[in-house]
Amino acid sequence: MPILENLWIIPLLPLLGSAINGLLGSKWSKTLVNSVALGSTGISFICAIEAVREFLGYYEEHHQAFVKQFFDWIVAYNDARFGFDLQVDQLTVVMLLVVTGVGFLIHIYSTGYMAHEEGYYRFFSYLNLFMFFMLILVLAANYVLLFVGWEGVGLCSYLLIGFYFLRKSAADAGKKAFIVNRIGDFGFMLGMFLLFRTFHSLDFNTVFAQAATMQPDAMGQFGTITIACLLLFMGATGKSAQIPLYVWLPDAMEGPTPVSALIHAATMVTAGVYVVARSHVLFTHAPSAMYVVAIIGCATAFFAATIGLVQSDIKKVLAYSTVSQLGYMFLACGVGAFGAGIFHLMTHAFFKALLFLSAGSVIHAVGGNQDMWAMGGLAKKIKITYWCMLFGTIAIAGFPPFAAFFSKDAILFAAFNHEPAGKVLYVVGLLAAVLTSFYMFRLIWLTFYGEARYDEQKVHVHESPFNMTVPLMILAFLALTGGWFALPALFGGKDYFAEFLSPVFGAATEAGAESAASLEHILSVVAVVAAASGLAVAWRMYSKKVERGESTGLHKLLYNKYYVDEAYQAVIVGPLMWLSRNILWKVVDAGIIDGTVNGVAHGASGIGDVVRHTQSGNTRSYAVWVIVGALVIFGIVFWPLFHPTVIGGVR
Amino acid sequence: MVPTSYYLVLSAILFGLGIVAFVFKRNIITIFMSIELMLNAVNLAFVAFSRALGKPDGEVFVLFVIVVAAAEAAVGLGIIILTARNRKSLNVERVDLLKL
Repeated sequence: MPILENLWIIPLLPLLGSAINGLLGSKWSKTLVNSVALGSTGISFICAIEAVREFLGYYEEHHQAFVKQFFDWIVAYNDARFGFDLQVDQLTVVMLLVVTGVGFLIHIYSTGYMAHEEGYYRFFSYLNLFMFFMLILVLAANYVLLFVGWEGVGLCSYLLIGFYFLRKSAADAGKKAFIVNRIGDFGFMLGMFLLFRTFHSLDFNTVFAQAATMQPDAMGQFGTITIACLLLFMGATGKSAQIPLYVWLPDAMEGPTPVSALIHAATMVTAGVYVVARSHVLFTHAPSAMYVVAIIGCATAFFAATIGLVQSDIKKVLAYSTVSQLGYMFLACGVGAFGAGIFHLMTHAFFKALLFLSAGSVIHAVGGNQDMWAMGGLAKKIKITYWCMLFGTIAIAGFPPFAAFFSKDAILFAAFNHEPAGKVLYVVGLLAAVLTSFYMFRLIWLTFYGEARYDEQKVHVHESPFNMTVPLMILAFLALTGGWFALPALFGGKDYFAEFLSPVFGAATEAGAESAASLEHILSVVAVVAAASGLAVAWRMYSKKVERGESTGLHKLLYNKYYVDEAYQAVIVGPLMWLSRNILWKVVDAGIIDGTVNGVAHGASGIGDVVRHTQSGNTRSYAVWVIVGALVIFGIVFWPLFHPTVIGGVR
Repeated sequence: MVPTSYYLVLSAILFGLGIVAFVFKRNIITIFMSIELMLNAVNLAFVAFSRALGKPDGEVFVLFVIVVAAAEAAVGLGIIILTARNRKSLNVERVDLLKL
């Protein structure tokens, strides 16, 4: 088992690529930078496949996750040990293949998309660094190492959002992403501390083994595990852009489009879902926390979808769509269907990466404009992109036999069966599915049909080069077939994906298989009808000649994203800025800290100003000082002799 | 025999006179002489102790002090002569170039 025993190779290769490109790439030709970047991720992908193959053999033999300790990182008192330990189990396998596979495709795409950009080597250095941290995140066998990856991907996200750092909006968006994530990370760290205090370890195996033996908290009871889960989930809301910390993700679209596809759709933002799924043992012991996860997920899925309905920026639509789909994943986790959540994570990685890359190709075609009201009629001119985008759209809308049909269906089915309030979650989730279908087909109609709304004299629409279209086609294929693992389940067979993950999440509950199967069929039909109704409304509204109307009422509210950014600005950012400026800066910094420093200096100079008069230059006055000094020393030395007791003793 | 304390009192009186003269006189020669007076007051104390204790240490010290005083006289008089030439005065109040 050469690779499995040397798992560190998989993350190390992108790190090397990043270091080489970052340190040397500025002088190199693009071909050389490409070969380093693509080579490192490509070999890493191949290694990942080999590692998975070896792991499946290992699992046949040992029936447990593969964990290997490579070196000690922190060894503290009480045998607390945090090591560079990597782990492979079925959940890791899914994440590993998605990250390296989709990551590799997006690297290829980027060589075309970024070809004319400044800082080409820098882009690939960051992108490779991101791959390194993401792989650390999914391979880590304890929370501490996971947190290293978690923070690392946050850093790379910051660097890549702010890639065009000369543009203020991009620099601000990067800062916003970083700071909002800090809030979540604060919770995540507190959660880790609490887990460590409870279990005296942060290794997944130890923590989960101990947690499994504990009495689960009752509904509404906030025991240690529930609090820890809620804190971990707080980290997840930051990283995975859930209410209330989702605000950074739409702004993150300031980054280059491949970054949006890789980091802000396919991989990094799903890290929160991964953490919740990874900690499923804890979450199943904390029903209240599960409930919070489900409600937040469901609410995010719905609200983000409503905002997506009216956005005019093609990437913003996809960004809100991502937030919404992440909400679905959390909904799945919250109702206990972790397998379905991870399933949706995987299919979402395929179709959302596809959609973003296609959007990038569209933007590339029209010369950098992202406003859908300045597109239109592109279907005939960029056929490959059009078909790929259409595949992605059908996939995300949930039409069979595309990927999201299966994964979204599994989630809604799980929500429907969840007690006590599953029906409500189901209805909201279904509504969100209608909205999803609507805004995606609206995007298609605005972008690819109708008349051209751009200036045809100036913009020369052209299809993207091969290194961009080939990854699109591969992803389109995956978006079509990615859900077929669950295909037999539709005909009363097995859901291979759920079965594959069952060693991690436990066997899927087969409660009343027969009735469940017929129920699932009904729900599937309902879901398809929902998607079709969204399509129909979009067709009715946008297939005719459309004008950008005046924005009023509800439309205005949605277009301005419920004024959440403004509300945060007023309630949190504004007061914080006021506090920082008027108290922390003007009083604490300028007053107290600078005052102390300057005061010491002024004091010294003031004392000097007084004392300098002793330096009269008059020789005889120095003599007086000498005499006074001599008398003082004389007094100190002989004082005890004049002390009353001594005198008394003499007497 | 004269008691040691008499010598010490005399020594203290001489030393005190030296200090007073050193501080209050302005003539640089007088100041120089008052320094010599203080040195010799100390010498007297050394010799007195030496005799009282019956040891030669004090006398050896006195020899050292005399040597140092001679060297000091050589250097000091040199400085005084140069100051007097440059300033046309022996008043120490006017030697105050170090003053701010």
